[in-house]
Amino acid sequence: MKDFGAAGVTAEAIPVANSSDVVSARQTVRNLSQRSGMSLVHQTKLVTAASELGRNMLIYGGGGVVRVAAVTDGGRSGIFVEFRDQGPGIGDIELAMTDGWTSGNGMGLGLSGAKRLVDEFDIETGPSGTTVRIVKWGR
Amino acid sequence: MTAEINTRLLVEILTARRDDFLAQWTRTIGDDLQGRLSLAELGHELGELYEAVLKAISIGGLDGRGEHFGEARSLLIELSRNRARQGFTPTETARSVFALKEVLEPSLAGEAASAQAYLQFARLLDDLGLLTTEAYVRTREEIISSQAEQLLELSTPVVKLWDGVVGVPLVGTLDSARTQVVMEKLLQTLVDTDSTHAIIDITGVPTVDTQVAQHLLKTVVAARMMGARCIISGIRPQIAQTIVALGIEFGDIPTNSSLADALRQALKEIALETEDDVKGLL
Repeated sequence: MKDFGAAGVTAEAIPVANSSDVVSARQTVRNLSQRSGMSLVHQTKLVTAASELGRNMLIYGGGGVVRVAAVTDGGRSGIFVEFRDQGPGIGDIELAMTDGWTSGNGMGLGLSGAKRLVDEFDIETGPSGTTVRIVKWGR
Repeated sequence: MTAEINTRLLVEILTARRDDFLAQWTRTIGDDLQGRLSLAELGHELGELYEAVLKAISIGGLDGRGEHFGEARSLLIELSRNRARQGFTPTETARSVFALKEVLEPSLAGEAASAQAYLQFARLLDDLGLLTTEAYVRTREEIISSQAEQLLELSTPVVKLWDGVVGVPLVGTLDSARTQVVMEKLLQTLVDTDSTHAIIDITGVPTVDTQVAQHLLKTVVAARMMGARCIISGIRPQIAQTIVALGIEFGDIPTNSSLADALRQALKEIALETEDDVKGLL
């Protein structure tokens, strides 16, 4: 997936260290998507995906940084969100993306569900951390 | 040896010019706070503090972290707490301590021998000043966490909607702590009001993700175990689409878009049950 990180001059970075940070990261995503004129359904899907991935990052990655940016690509505009943690990484990525599978005590729908909620989804993981990037294109 | 000499020098001058220093100290802080605290009150506070510090120095020297400073420290923490509650900034509180340096400077910093004593005393005051900031932050945190707790209580009412029907209007973020409060209140109200139906309204919950869904499901299951039937209402179009895309299944839990529809459904069910009851008994 194209890295929108460099283009994200307008990016806001929110450090996530506890569950109330997840809420404020979510709030930032919501505000930015509202300002970019995204439809309510798209907004809600994006915010929910951000909530899932932000909480995953907190629970399994020990916290990290969420970066949010409004991006444009070939005439369409959207919201880019990146979740970067320095956790132990995901052992089996295919298994982790399976519906209903969880290593914790959640519903096992966070990663796979978040992927279905956005237009672009990219995950890089290794022993030094995990980075998830998502983009939701506006209408 | 020099430390002892310095200490003796300080104790002497602090004792000899007590009233003078104290008046000046009070005046300096009084100017700083611009009348938000009465001079009499301030003078009383500072007088106590002055005595405690003087006593501590004469007993055990200038080490502000030592045990002999216990009384002075607790006085400072008390002062800091009060200031935090009265809405003063931590800078203003710390300055109350640092101002004593300004007061002592003209009389001590002039000569080489007493200048050293002054510097040591200044270091002690730095320590004590930092202590007030620390206490200030702690007090603020206590205030914040108690407010968060109050908010938790405030934002989770369980109301009786009809005979046999209770409603739980949820507003805001649904985390584990709030779910716990909601569940406890709901189950207790079910018993107290002898209700058979509970309507959980999520119109005010902006984001329904897997965690929120999981909490909702647990609450419903708990209510079911007590024989109550739960309806989740307030599912808006965008929430419905998101839940479907996420892949969450509510199973056989009835859901509704509006609270009114949910109430109608509950009343219908109750009416049906009553009919059955009568037929069965007679």
